[in-house]
Amino acid sequence: MWVRADRDRCVSGGRCMAATSEVFDQDDDGLVVLLTPTPAPDQEELVRRAAHNCPARAITIREDPAPA
Amino acid sequence: MTEAPPYPQKRTCPYQPPAGYQEIGERGPVLKVSLFDGREAWMVTGYKEAREILTDPNLSSNRTHPGFPIIAPRLRSQIARTLALLAMDPPVHDVYRRYLNSHFSLKSVRRMRPEIEEIVSGYVDKIVEHGPPADLVPMLAVPFPSLVICRHLGVPYEDHDFFQDASGKVMLGDEQEATAAAQDLMDYIDRLVALQIKEPTDGLLGTLVHERVATGEIGHDELVSIALVLLIAAHETTSSSLALGVITLLEHPEQLARLREDMSRLPDAIEELLRYVATTDLVATRVAKGDIEIAGHLIREGEGVLVSGTLANRDARAHERPDEFDVLREGNHHLTFGFGIHQCLGQNLARIELEIALRELLTRLPGMRLAMPVEDLPILGAGTVQRVLRLPVEW
Repeated sequence: MWVRADRDRCVSGGRCMAATSEVFDQDDDGLVVLLTPTPAPDQEELVRRAAHNCPARAITIREDPAPA
Repeated sequence: MTEAPPYPQKRTCPYQPPAGYQEIGERGPVLKVSLFDGREAWMVTGYKEAREILTDPNLSSNRTHPGFPIIAPRLRSQIARTLALLAMDPPVHDVYRRYLNSHFSLKSVRRMRPEIEEIVSGYVDKIVEHGPPADLVPMLAVPFPSLVICRHLGVPYEDHDFFQDASGKVMLGDEQEATAAAQDLMDYIDRLVALQIKEPTDGLLGTLVHERVATGEIGHDELVSIALVLLIAAHETTSSSLALGVITLLEHPEQLARLREDMSRLPDAIEELLRYVATTDLVATRVAKGDIEIAGHLIREGEGVLVSGTLANRDARAHERPDEFDVLREGNHHLTFGFGIHQCLGQNLARIELEIALRELLTRLPGMRLAMPVEDLPILGAGTVQRVLRLPVEW
């Protein structure tokens, strides 16, 4: 899985970080910070939830595996 | 064509939708409803459709637009029509939102936890001291979120009775009462902001003076309008969600028992309460500023649009067993805080307040039960914030 977080769209709802703080963080302005673009397999479901819950649709996911 | 059903309708149970909403839901996901003033507006009741329309750039929050739907007489007032953030569209909305985002982010709200815990524990001390029966509305649900937001903003605590009273009237009073209360609130905040600009203190208002007024980005009037909307939005919604949440839990003893067995699931139970109770009923009142096609319907420019959180949260296409209250529900998702750029700024604060208050109540009053039958609890509200006026409990 590949993840992208668009800081220009982010409205600081924090739903991504609430879903998993291993992949998403917030900076001092409250904006999303992506901690890793290739989350571990046990994080994938949480990342999908984060993307679904993002009110600004700032998180995009590609489901194909990351290259080795 | 069947007639458009009336909206809003009054609840008869504090935490369940009015019986008439079933028909509205069945005629969804998009239909027309009729309002008190005889006008019609579109209503979106489907979960997927609600998410779709709430991110449509043609959906506008401009409350001065002649087509903007008015769902209750009190919302005709000029102040209600010009609220910061709530009544703004991009790009101005986004600029204002960015002034505030960092002060309501998940991280900054988590830093407030110890202070909120101390506040709640103080109120619960007084409840224990008072002994059963105790009315949780005046003893916790109303003063607690009010004190939290007053402290966060840096509003003197001595004034919080005035705030509670005035913001309650703005939200729930009749047209005249709401207009007068909003004016009182504006006059007060006007003086408060003038003082803060002269001599900024700790708290968000003082911080905004340093960060935005000193830089010339906003002036006195803009800060007044921000302060007004934060105070109003923070009072009624959290207060009502807490009271209705307690009632819902007490009315589902088997669910409450499950939660008590594993209090680490309290955050999930809170998401379920938010979904099930849908305190604000509507999650959006908007006007189309361009044509919008949705679910086979064409909403034309200038037509009013309402989005029902109550019904989207119970859309059977998006939620299994939607009418069942299930504290351990997996992968819960709801629209109680809205969706899109206007999603509730204070949602993280509301969640943490609910969590801390419910944890304290369930721990310190383990045998808590309603001291009067649920059907006798006096309730208020139709189409806006649902509210109970009293909530006597025993333990």
